[in-house]
Amino acid sequence: MGHQTSIAVSFEGVSRIFGEVRAVDDASFEVGDGEFFSMLGPSGSGKTTCLRLIAGFEQPDSGRILIHGSDVEGVPPYERDVNTVFQDYALFPHMTIHKNVEYGPMIRGVAAAQRRTSADEMLELVKLTGMGNRKPSQLSGGQRQRVALARALINRPSVLLLDEPLGALDLKLREQMQEELKSLQRRVGITFIYVTHDQGEALAMSDRLAVFNRGRIEQIGTPAQIYEHPATVFVAGFVGLSNLCEGSLARRLTGSERPFAIRPEKILVLELAERAPDGHVSITGRISGITYLGATTRYAVAVDGGGELIVVRQNATVTSQHAVDETVRLAWHRDLVQPLRTEGA
Amino acid sequence: MTAVAATPSVLSRLSTVLYLHPRAMLLLLLAPPLLWLGVIYLGSLFALLLQSFFYIDEFSGTVVHEFSLATYAQLLTRANLDIFLRTTSMAAAVTVAAAMVAFPVAYYMVRHASLRMKALLYLGVMLPLWSSYLVRVYAWKLILAKEGIVTWFAEQAHVTWVLDALLAIPVIGGPSLSISYIGTFLVFLYIWLPFMILPIVAALERVPASLTEASADLGARPGETFRKVIFPLAVPGVIAGSIFTFSLTLGDYIIPGIVGNSRPFIGQAVYQLQGTAGNIPLAAAFTIVPIVVMSAYLMVARRLGAFDAL
Repeated sequence: MGHQTSIAVSFEGVSRIFGEVRAVDDASFEVGDGEFFSMLGPSGSGKTTCLRLIAGFEQPDSGRILIHGSDVEGVPPYERDVNTVFQDYALFPHMTIHKNVEYGPMIRGVAAAQRRTSADEMLELVKLTGMGNRKPSQLSGGQRQRVALARALINRPSVLLLDEPLGALDLKLREQMQEELKSLQRRVGITFIYVTHDQGEALAMSDRLAVFNRGRIEQIGTPAQIYEHPATVFVAGFVGLSNLCEGSLARRLTGSERPFAIRPEKILVLELAERAPDGHVSITGRISGITYLGATTRYAVAVDGGGELIVVRQNATVTSQHAVDETVRLAWHRDLVQPLRTEGA
Repeated sequence: MTAVAATPSVLSRLSTVLYLHPRAMLLLLLAPPLLWLGVIYLGSLFALLLQSFFYIDEFSGTVVHEFSLATYAQLLTRANLDIFLRTTSMAAAVTVAAAMVAFPVAYYMVRHASLRMKALLYLGVMLPLWSSYLVRVYAWKLILAKEGIVTWFAEQAHVTWVLDALLAIPVIGGPSLSISYIGTFLVFLYIWLPFMILPIVAALERVPASLTEASADLGARPGETFRKVIFPLAVPGVIAGSIFTFSLTLGDYIIPGIVGNSRPFIGQAVYQLQGTAGNIPLAAAFTIVPIVVMSAYLMVARRLGAFDAL
């Protein structure tokens, strides 16, 4: 992060150990004020534990967590200026939507009329105007999700923590909510820390993201940095589709056994006789499978000397000029090759 | 085809018929319980209700099978009202105390105990139910008697004065714990406690831990979280438990007969009326009382929103 922005949350060598499991292992990162920061990783990678550490539901076993510069060690959740949108929404089932949203102000002793006004404003913000008198059980999943959001945002927290908030929604609604969340974040200007296992979601929404694996942070960067320049084998495999080349295949292509990744859409498919353009690496192989995917076509190519590469081409003009068992030349620019580390930072 | 070979085909045909007619299957499954509950159980209850509108001929001592409210008028005599008041007060006191004792136990079982500890506590709660009720009540009589362990313990600890002060309280006191309302209350509380703990445990199990976290996250201290979130959601369990403790106390005739000051409770009155006195109508009228009291109680609970969280 640049020095001109202030830091909302910072982790300094934080670890959280459950018995034998290092749920979070020596994590260090900073989240800037007003940033949309995602923590991406498979389940059990430590991202949710990190979120719970910020919220105060967990205490670190070592390291320091600072929220707006102050160490929050021993500070209970109810004294932290952060709010959480829970994965299961955690709406209070015995209260109406109004009462749910007003819960924070009610606890702080805000007068009834005033908190009803701000609750209505919040419901308008999340497009649930007029739903205030219903019970959570009368709402759909997407609506409950918005109530959870309104209930957290009404407190104007300095940091909003979101734990896979879209996980329970169907695909269409999820995509719609992604955009809404992103524009909401820009409007309210609150720092969002967003936990997800969906790499597409993380790429689409975040200013920056951290990729977690087995309690460790593998890489932190902007979506483009993470996608275009994955630092480790894990990141290359987890974020987007990648051809991971190691061992003899790597040696044949680069002269070194160091693993590297090449994105399927960066590979050109040429006729066998064609020459690869300047600065390109090329290899020949036989097409072993073709999958038509609408916007794109995916080719599986068994390259000479062993190994398989996946190639994805846009169906910009004709759907496919190639056929299974055809021998083709694959080529890609040297600069698009990403040498990888096998371990996290 | 032989009969032996035909049997499975009949069975499989029956399965097919039942599969294709789920309503018929439902009816088949529900017939025995409906018969039992509807005809035998509710039927006898209505027969009882009917009995309460007959009356005893003072002269011959036989039941006159004519509609009359005379028996209910008899219910309103001073002595019978005392029985009613004594029983409902005891039931209310036992219920409130049981809820107060059971809640922390249930809360600990659900939220804090390890799996092992939880299993042990379940066993601890259920174990008394496996032994004879009479044995346990008589055991309490010995514990509470003047020569019993409580008195002995009070002497050893030099707090006999506390016990004496307790027994000196008018109405609920008496010559010894086993011959006082306090004793009856303690035994009722002990005997019905599992019936309060288990429903509260069931209700608390249904409150996800994330609700407690959400409440804390929104700024509520543990005490506020308990009052605003946990307790309201556990109320249906408390009500379910109180239905058990309240109605079981209302109807019991054994405990006050063994531990207590021999003033009759509703159950004992019913027992005597239908037995030695042979006054079935008045006994029936007495049994209507707990039904009315419970209905009123549930209506009030409902009005107060006790079932909103269901």
